[in-house]
Amino acid sequence: MLLPEWLLNRREFVAGAAASGALTTVPMVGPSPALAETAPTNAVRLDVNGEPHALTLDTRTTLLDTLREHLHLTGTKKGCDHGHCGACTVLVNGTRINACLSLAVMHDGDSVTTIEGLGTPDDMHEMQAAFVKHDGFQCGYCTPGQICSAVAVLAEVEQGVPSHVTGDLTAPMALSNIELRERMSGNICRCGAYSNIADAITEVAEARG
Amino acid sequence: MTPFTYERATSPEAAIRAVAGTPGAKFIAGGTNLLDLMKFQIERPTHLVDVRGLPLATIEDTPDGGLRIGALVTNTALAAHPRVKRDYGVVSRAIVAGATGQLRNKASVGGNLLQRNRCPYFYNVHTPCNKRVPGSGCSAIGGASRSLAVVGTSEACIAQNPGDMAVALMVLDAAVETMNAAGNTRSIPLAEFFRLPGETPEIEFALEPGELITAVTLPPPPAGTHHYHKVRDRASYAFAIVSVAAVLDEDGTGRVAFGSVAPRPWRVAEAEAALPEGPAAVVASAFDGAKPTHENAFKIPLAERTLALVIAEGKG
Repeated sequence: MLLPEWLLNRREFVAGAAASGALTTVPMVGPSPALAETAPTNAVRLDVNGEPHALTLDTRTTLLDTLREHLHLTGTKKGCDHGHCGACTVLVNGTRINACLSLAVMHDGDSVTTIEGLGTPDDMHEMQAAFVKHDGFQCGYCTPGQICSAVAVLAEVEQGVPSHVTGDLTAPMALSNIELRERMSGNICRCGAYSNIADAITEVAEARG
Repeated sequence: MTPFTYERATSPEAAIRAVAGTPGAKFIAGGTNLLDLMKFQIERPTHLVDVRGLPLATIEDTPDGGLRIGALVTNTALAAHPRVKRDYGVVSRAIVAGATGQLRNKASVGGNLLQRNRCPYFYNVHTPCNKRVPGSGCSAIGGASRSLAVVGTSEACIAQNPGDMAVALMVLDAAVETMNAAGNTRSIPLAEFFRLPGETPEIEFALEPGELITAVTLPPPPAGTHHYHKVRDRASYAFAIVSVAAVLDEDGTGRVAFGSVAPRPWRVAEAEAALPEGPAAVVASAFDGAKPTHENAFKIPLAERTLALVIAEGKG
């Protein structure tokens, strides 16, 4: 293979200079220090919708990004990414949280349920079916978070968790319209489907008695 | 977020050693405030020590009739605890007045006490802020200050403590139990736990580097009716403009603290003693020496009206 004269000359120059020690402060091979810096990773085991997953993730990866970008479960939505909107609400060990404000590495060994795990189009969860029946959405972006949150709200009432509008803290709790609206206040709907969302949740709550 | 390494602590001692011995390390529990701040690059820890596996998530009766609340108890679990609902209603009320169901399920009692302020300039990394970058100046003085503190402030900082739970804990004479790097434990009265800004607003808590909150203790419940009233810009999921936590006795005496008006939950003994004289006397005393801005001077009359409402509630 023939090389152009200028390249040959440059190679000879670099080789000679390196041998003389003139370039020892400049790294000649490998990436620059900035590029060589790799972010720390951790191994994470997650059970998502009944399926075990073993992942190695940048420690900075949120549970939300893990679900969407690594497991391709895109039902869970990213709205604000700061815990303000509730679009990323999922159930972790049965409890609702904002998946955007939690690191995947903090969930090693946890069981996560997303909207995909609640039900499927052919076999919907009762809350999903009620949202469809009552038209509890328009654009649908907040809906997975709304439904996961609603499922958890019913459980929280059963467990005696009070809300800001609860009267007697020690009396048995019921899910009135004002109660469920307060308890769902962490799920924002820009389309304003709130009244239909409230109807859907009420129907499920009443069916359960 | 800035890259960081992560470990799960297996004992309080190991957690404290890891944080005290690693520059740039921080504890993480619920993480609802810390991760938010890390995303904005306001907090940039290089190592996180996850304490959630530690056995600090129980609520126990104490021999004197009080309560010992583990630092890792979630806000939801504390608000829903049968004894808290029955005997310490002001705590349940304050907790459920804050944040959302999702956040309360994740946030811990210890972390809630350590939540940072909500000053818009603390959150805006492009503006000076003495809390975020000590010595850089305070953008809030002369800036947008409607939500900020009116009393207990300094020339260096006028940020308010935005919490709800801590205001309730303040009227109950709560104390914070900690363990430090030497393995020593101590109990810090909540009134001494929060520091006023003075010339060092970046130092917000009476904790040493690496000192871990292990529990919050409550003395036996005081007699009287429990109240928490929060005034905010919308009916749910908003920080307080003014809040009032109170335990009121039938004879007109009682305990009272104000939230979101000062760099810490604001309870003044002389003001409290004026409760039988009515809300105007209490507020005149509690806000003596206040330095409100033109944007937040309304908080003082609002505090008086909110307290009047609470006193009326107490009389049934």
